Amino acid sequence: MAANSSLRDRFERGLNAPICLTWELTYACNLACAHCLSSSGRRDPRELTTSEALALVDEIAAMQIFYINIGGGEPMIRSDFFDIVEHAVHRHVGVKFSTNGTRLTPDAARRLAATDYLDVQISIDGVDRATNDALRGEGSYDAARRAMDNLAAANFGPFKISVVVTRDNVTQLDEYEKLAQSYGAELRLTRLRPSGRGVDVWDDLHLTREQNRDLYRWLLDRPSVLTGDSFFHLSALGDPLEGLNLCGAGRVVCLIDPVGNVYACPFVIHDQFLAGNVRDAGFGAVWRDSALFTSLREPGNPGACSACGSYDACRGGCMAAKFFTGLELDDPDPECVHGHGEVALAAKGLTIRPRSSEDHSGRTSVRLQRR
Amino acid sequence: MSLFDATRAWQLSDDVSLRDEPFGALAYHHVNRRLVFLKSRELVTIVRRLEDYDSARDAIVDHVPEAHVERYETALATLVPSEIIRGR
Repeated sequence: MAANSSLRDRFERGLNAPICLTWELTYACNLACAHCLSSSGRRDPRELTTSEALALVDEIAAMQIFYINIGGGEPMIRSDFFDIVEHAVHRHVGVKFSTNGTRLTPDAARRLAATDYLDVQISIDGVDRATNDALRGEGSYDAARRAMDNLAAANFGPFKISVVVTRDNVTQLDEYEKLAQSYGAELRLTRLRPSGRGVDVWDDLHLTREQNRDLYRWLLDRPSVLTGDSFFHLSALGDPLEGLNLCGAGRVVCLIDPVGNVYACPFVIHDQFLAGNVRDAGFGAVWRDSALFTSLREPGNPGACSACGSYDACRGGCMAAKFFTGLELDDPDPECVHGHGEVALAAKGLTIRPRSSEDHSGRTSVRLQRR
Repeated sequence: MSLFDATRAWQLSDDVSLRDEPFGALAYHHVNRRLVFLKSRELVTIVRRLEDYDSARDAIVDHVPEAHVERYETALATLVPSEIIRGR
């Protein structure tokens, strides 16, 4: 739904609890995607223990957080993955989890199908093997398709096919739609951000201005395609896209990372956006009282965008996209539909871009080779 | 889309969680995954208390001035398609 402006103002001042809480269960991953936004690969020895994770679920339930988005790393690698998920749904906390599908065996698919309040998102960043594997690594396309087949065979119902939209796969959206239909699945598109290892591929793979315009029209025609409010910067092109159309960082969303650190959103794993740790006084204390979140809930400063008539539509765009491309937070979004971001980036010249504070990459990650 | 009849008895759906917020409340339907905003405290109170009344209108009349009854009937009607409230 598109929220009206007074309600949006209210959201910008923060809520009693997040609408959308992302919890990365582990930094361990058996893939090494070139654009991984959490720079995952190796497990961190400080990761929350099973009892800490179950206690966190209890706190999330007490705060009446309706659902959590579980990711990683590859969350199914944790041996207590099902314990955590099943504890959450028993406490009436819905679970949406993202997986690369490698561990989604026929047995796992049947167990997931038997669980209520659960959504599964399979990541696949190309509708064909070559496009996907160039970004996510050899064998990852087949693994994702096998996971989809297993969910279908287990009668899971409408799972989600989750795609990070890039310069290479944006031409495949119609084919993605057909793929989703063939499984009775839902299609979910998200924005490529320069977060984590994404900073290494962003220049080559982020959408061109023309591609962004085409994507906007494609999404406007298809309100049932899910985006997680990913493309609100495109709402400056005209009618708003589905969603709240605002930067929710610290206001309606946040991230808990595998070691319990709470960041303003899933795309800003950086000390500058670290609000606290759940091990200190629990998650609620961080959400309610952290100095960082308090400051993020103050009215935004349009900065360089104040002269632009579209500011009310896009609110200056994505904080993470600006930060990790070396822009100031009151600069335009680097993918500003009016081209102001490109001008701002050019003015920065060869500024060294910030990198995520946590890097759990393995020895080798996928080296992007574009066709 | 089911129709809202204010003379009938209604209640908050069993599959819905309602969370108070400064502007009113957020409602989440765990089965159809719809997230809905209730934009006033009075509406939240009425929705919570629907099950105590023989009709939605009785619940509204007990909580808001008469001049606002129609507005709240309209607000309740918007909660029917997302199944936040259901007839009983």
